[in-house]
Amino acid sequence: MCRVVDLQQAVLARNDETAHALRASLAARGTTVVNLLSSPGSGKTALLEHELALARERGVPVAALTADLATENDADRLARSGVPVKQVLTDGLCHLEAGMLARHLEGWLPDPTRLLFVENVGNLVCPASYDLGETLRVVLASVTEGEDKPLKYPTAFGLAHVVVVTKTDIAEAVAFDEAAFRANVERVNPGVDVLLTSVRARQGLGILLDRALAAAEGAPPHSPVMARQAVHGHEHGHGHGLGHEDGHGHGHGHEPHHTPLPSRS
Amino acid sequence: MHEMSIALAVIGQVEEAARRAGDVTAVHTVCLEVGELAGVVPDSLSFCFELACAGTVLEGAELVADTVPGRARCAPCAHEWAVGMPPSLSCPNCGGGTTDLLSGRELRITSVRWEDGGTPAPTREPIVEER
Repeated sequence: MCRVVDLQQAVLARNDETAHALRASLAARGTTVVNLLSSPGSGKTALLEHELALARERGVPVAALTADLATENDADRLARSGVPVKQVLTDGLCHLEAGMLARHLEGWLPDPTRLLFVENVGNLVCPASYDLGETLRVVLASVTEGEDKPLKYPTAFGLAHVVVVTKTDIAEAVAFDEAAFRANVERVNPGVDVLLTSVRARQGLGILLDRALAAAEGAPPHSPVMARQAVHGHEHGHGHGLGHEDGHGHGHGHEPHHTPLPSRS
Repeated sequence: MHEMSIALAVIGQVEEAARRAGDVTAVHTVCLEVGELAGVVPDSLSFCFELACAGTVLEGAELVADTVPGRARCAPCAHEWAVGMPPSLSCPNCGGGTTDLLSGRELRITSVRWEDGGTPAPTREPIVEER
């Protein structure tokens, strides 16, 4: 017979559960994940190259995983820093999911790793919806991308713990309006920090590493309004990172299908 | 375009629910709530859903997506507003940034309409092997 069944399930519940489990299992081994999101060409790799090299100089055990649709170019660049780097090819998929990340970490993530930087696929739409078990989500935009980028991609900027502006050395040449950019960020994510960086002009270098280390030490990250929706029913966390003061996301009596760091032969 | 991944997640969850129910023969409708701020395009999701349902118990099922507008409430002054798109998440009344989002991030399956072999019992006589 024809029947209407009340399901009430969050569509991304499984990803969120996997992300929670991954966050917990990585925390148990002392690893904090930093998820980097931006458009293609925003300068994620250049900034990360620098921060990884700096971490190595300071003796902080870090690793990086970089995701692209194709080529190992980014991994080759990041590996020059001398820290462990892994390239993930998504074969056309526009984002990473928590389960994919967990599989790629299995058997690779060196012990000890204090910070794991995940350079997501260059895309401001799709990766925004997927919690990867990160503690710090960093969204980057270069000065060439227009001041209204945060308004065009509100989910990405709205869920950021930190916003990083890159390539400030050419800000004047492209007439970047910093105040307008900041106002647009503030509109979708009130209170989030906006950091200015330029690898070429050596502005703001080390600040990403410092923020990541602070998060690893347990400093509570910024709490975006967009991640603060009150949840009801069986729905799992919209929030990203730690510090879920409302306590959602755990113990709702879901079927146990947590697979932290599942192995793949 | 992650709508295909979302469509596959929806299908996976409905398939699992159907398996648990045990005797589902066809799924007619899947109802979703999609918040304005969920970062998902309902039209694109419907397109992907139709393609991805092929060969599953959901083949031919209709996806009904209800859009949920984004609403927020200011914690200090209790003002409530529609956040719009792109959203304004600072309080338009007092300028405060300690806002609670009341709705807009939903991405959930609310209900499913399916065909199952449950009561009332089939009218035909059971064949010998079923006795």
